[in-house]
Amino acid sequence: MNRIDELFAKKNKKVLNVYCTAGYPHLNSTVEVLTALQQNGADLAEIGMPYSDPLADGPVIQQSNMIALENGMSISILFEQLQQVRETIALPIILMGYMNPIMQYGLEKFCADAEAVGVDGIILPDLPMYEFETIYKDLFNKHNLRFIFLVTPETGEERIRKIDALSSGFLYAVSSSSTTGNNKAISDQSNYFKKLQGMQLKNPILVGFGIKDRETFQTACANTNGAIIGSAYIKALQDSVNIQASTKEFLNSITA
Amino acid sequence: MMTTQQNNFAVNEHGYYGDFGGAFIPEMLYPNVKQLQEQYLQIMQEPAFQQELQQLLRDYVGRPTPLFLAERVSEKHGVKVYLKREDLCHTGAHKINNTVGQILLAQRLGKKRIIAETGAGQHGVATATVCALKGLECIVYMGEKDIERQAPNVARMQMLGATVVPAISGSKTLKDATNEAIRDWINNPVDTHYIIGSVVGPHPYPDMVARFQSIISEEIKKQLLEKTGSELPTHVIACVGGGSNAAGAFYHFLDDLSVQLVAVEAAGCGIDSGMSAATSQLGKPGILHGSKSLLMQTEDGQVVEPHSISAGLDYPGIGPLHAHLFKTGRAVFMSATDEQALKAGFEISRTEGIIPALETAHAFHILNEMTFRKDDVVVICLSGRGDKDLATYMKYL
Repeated sequence: MNRIDELFAKKNKKVLNVYCTAGYPHLNSTVEVLTALQQNGADLAEIGMPYSDPLADGPVIQQSNMIALENGMSISILFEQLQQVRETIALPIILMGYMNPIMQYGLEKFCADAEAVGVDGIILPDLPMYEFETIYKDLFNKHNLRFIFLVTPETGEERIRKIDALSSGFLYAVSSSSTTGNNKAISDQSNYFKKLQGMQLKNPILVGFGIKDRETFQTACANTNGAIIGSAYIKALQDSVNIQASTKEFLNSITA
Repeated sequence: MMTTQQNNFAVNEHGYYGDFGGAFIPEMLYPNVKQLQEQYLQIMQEPAFQQELQQLLRDYVGRPTPLFLAERVSEKHGVKVYLKREDLCHTGAHKINNTVGQILLAQRLGKKRIIAETGAGQHGVATATVCALKGLECIVYMGEKDIERQAPNVARMQMLGATVVPAISGSKTLKDATNEAIRDWINNPVDTHYIIGSVVGPHPYPDMVARFQSIISEEIKKQLLEKTGSELPTHVIACVGGGSNAAGAFYHFLDDLSVQLVAVEAAGCGIDSGMSAATSQLGKPGILHGSKSLLMQTEDGQVVEPHSISAGLDYPGIGPLHAHLFKTGRAVFMSATDEQALKAGFEISRTEGIIPALETAHAFHILNEMTFRKDDVVVICLSGRGDKDLATYMKYL
């Protein structure tokens, strides 16, 4: 069984998904970050594959992408780093990134390698439904990879249902129309979360973008299954001398 | 006259030209892009829209632009060379053909705020100009490095009332200005229209911008018919960065296979120098700014920063239409180096009394590399004037 499905079968409230860019803050910190997340209460880990032109990301994650690329991170190196990850990490792992680096790596090889190291799901915000449906869907299925689509407050109900039907694992509900790490008030979005909750979708819903502290996490969780934190965690690691300690402090501030 | 044969080079309903195009956008952009996809053709075909557009193109932009027989150049190359004088458009380049069209479209979509990206500043100036004309707020994203290099155009935009926002991410040039404009659009999904300046971006932009620029080849046909008795030239030559002036100059000749289309890219310091912008030679299929096309990138799929002496050509991709023309062989892709372009720029200045933009100078160089028959008719799209490039030209005086 896929680890994302297992997780939601066991836990469907206050699920915490934490994002970190692979190769950030240091080239070899990826597994250390995963370990710290697992030991300090994260339920899922989302690993960003750095890209020179991350369109959907705000300044904090852009910066982490640049640092990771300067550190020498690539998809091949990431898969090498994840080679033995399943010996110690039980968390579901999601890879998030943009289409271009994956196209160059080769989509088939990417899916096969992701499955081989134990990745559970994929988020590619710039892969549209049309391309997914007509070209790639079977490939992700074949490799037991859940494919997670985004919905936003501007997404119409009919389209939400279509996205839900094509998605697996969970639905990524973007909290407001923005790039990642925004400061728009998430409290204004309760109606949107309630609407999603009321639609009886097949996938659990995790809210992302602008979740940065205990308060925003609670707000996001009130009407959904959980939330995703990215930029705030990247910031917490920015000047960290001890990833384990910084992660513990950060996650405690969210969930304790 | 409309051609009746099937157009093999038109975009399909999903935004593809053969293997290239599409709309690779995050869901946050979907409502805006979908709205454009559904409405652009309909709006552009409305009689009232066309009437307003044609009037502005005539009375404000200064169209039709002349088709000028460049006699001394013709004599040198032993062939008739006509120049399509887009440099005589208001603001000094073809860019305004597109911004005039898109501002009218934005008004009909009820948008109040306009954003744009710019490299050298020509598209930024053309956007700021139409925003001033229509009283709409205008924000132009420009790479921090380009702001330093193109100070006069920054001043022009500001004088026209636009806010110029430095793009400080990535390599701080056109590619990053485009990223920042797209991010602005994600953050302002309701009131904002994004005027992309070239035939790039998610569907329908490549087709929409090509249609607004197609006035160039529409006029060439009429003018050639008057001057030569035939509306078809044997060659059309245009420079390609993203490819908007080339798309406009090629558009109505795409299905006339007797017309040789020549796209000229910037080779920079030489194609193999590591300092080049010749995307068709150096690029591989990839996705940038919402469409699949040819893209200069590392083996890992990270986009690389191109180089050209001309800021309008140093874009790491080309529009998906051009990638398709390259792949199918419908257009020949050639290139000119920085040095060759400079030399051609000086030569045209001194033989025809026209100082061309550095971008256009690349197209002129290609005359030296081609062989013609004496009854050939060559049209070069003179996409812009060289005033903006004087600082560069002066170094070589």
